[in-house]
Amino acid sequence: MFIANIPLRGYNAGMQTIPINTYTSPTVILELIYRLKIKHVMCRKLYTAGTNTTLREIQLLMREKSITGVPVVEGKRILGIVSMDDIICALDQGYINDPASKWMSRNLIILEDDMPVSFAISYFDKHKYRRFPVINKDKELVGMITTRDITTGLLVELNREVDRIERMKTDTQSEDTRLEGLRRYEIMKHNFEKAGLASMEIKKRLKSHGIPSPVIRRAAIAAYELEINLVIHSDGGEIISHFFEDRIEITARDSGPGIADVELAMTEGYTTATPWIRSLGFGAGMGLPNAKKVSDEFTITSHPHKGTEATSIIWYQPNKEDAS
Amino acid sequence: MNLNYLSRTLGYKVLQEPEHDAVVSQAYTSDLLSDVMGNAPEDSVLITVQGHKNTVAVASLAGMKAIILCSNRSAPDEMLDAAAQEGIAVFATRDSQFTVSYKVARGLGLV
Repeated sequence: MFIANIPLRGYNAGMQTIPINTYTSPTVILELIYRLKIKHVMCRKLYTAGTNTTLREIQLLMREKSITGVPVVEGKRILGIVSMDDIICALDQGYINDPASKWMSRNLIILEDDMPVSFAISYFDKHKYRRFPVINKDKELVGMITTRDITTGLLVELNREVDRIERMKTDTQSEDTRLEGLRRYEIMKHNFEKAGLASMEIKKRLKSHGIPSPVIRRAAIAAYELEINLVIHSDGGEIISHFFEDRIEITARDSGPGIADVELAMTEGYTTATPWIRSLGFGAGMGLPNAKKVSDEFTITSHPHKGTEATSIIWYQPNKEDAS
Repeated sequence: MNLNYLSRTLGYKVLQEPEHDAVVSQAYTSDLLSDVMGNAPEDSVLITVQGHKNTVAVASLAGMKAIILCSNRSAPDEMLDAAAQEGIAVFATRDSQFTVSYKVARGLGLV
């Protein structure tokens, strides 16, 4: 009787587990699976059977509707489930014409529609069933949930999330028609691929507002030197460009590793860059001195292990001679 | 000096076309990009062996018009893509930086 020993589970049980850890996944995902309720992702279209429905009729219903489990109900109360495996057993053992109530699984795990999706995920992980019936607070059967419903639901939500993020991005871009404003650029350690992007945008924004080109050139130089410093020396940080009516303030901020001797770092020719970085044409020990040279005001503070913040201020009507 | 001088008279290979009738009045020879950034004059041509995307970024930010890659250095596609986007002409030659420098100086009428 080895077939009877197979627990109520799908033939592809190995594919059931949803590969989402409900404790240590990224915050966005965790937030999503706790915020989303089972009622948001479950299937509400139910195909049910009565206690007197035969297993044969259920088999036909499964084939017709392409489903693999049918709840057996009395009114809106669920009494049991007949799964594809029960049907296979019935066909094998020759009791396919018996009523559902005789062979259905009565030992059910039932979820409530107000539970978060994370509950359903851990239930699927723990029990290896392919579907759970879902009831509301009045104990009425309101839906069925499968792993597929969850992945589909999550995909739909993730799509929405990405769409929202993309729209946010366009919104901030379209605000850039005014000169005044603030932009932040995340700078990654050793990412020479993206190096210069922030400076290019700063340059373009100043140019499109008719700022004199010697001023643009100085702002571009200051921004680029600060940006490339973050790429070369920091553990990652950000460039913040703050455009005012009469000046631009460019700040480079990082969270480490900090400069041991700021005065030494401001000395032309002093560098801690590696040979690889020098081979790219950087690390000549001129970055900070260059940035200071083109700035009207330049400040830098640094704490070892904590980080560095450098700010360059450049006025559009220069009171300092053009450094070029 | 019209940038076409570099291809027509000196026979340098054009990797990225100059903008129509683009002219430069000066040149700067260096491989240190922060040296270029801090000291290269505007409306100039950069004579270098640094063939990568960051060279274009620096040239563009410093207001330069063209780059000459010397000593048979090659330019990666991403460098040429960036150059096209920023409107920076790129030339290549087997000449060393010294040779390019005096030939360009002659073209600029400096010697």
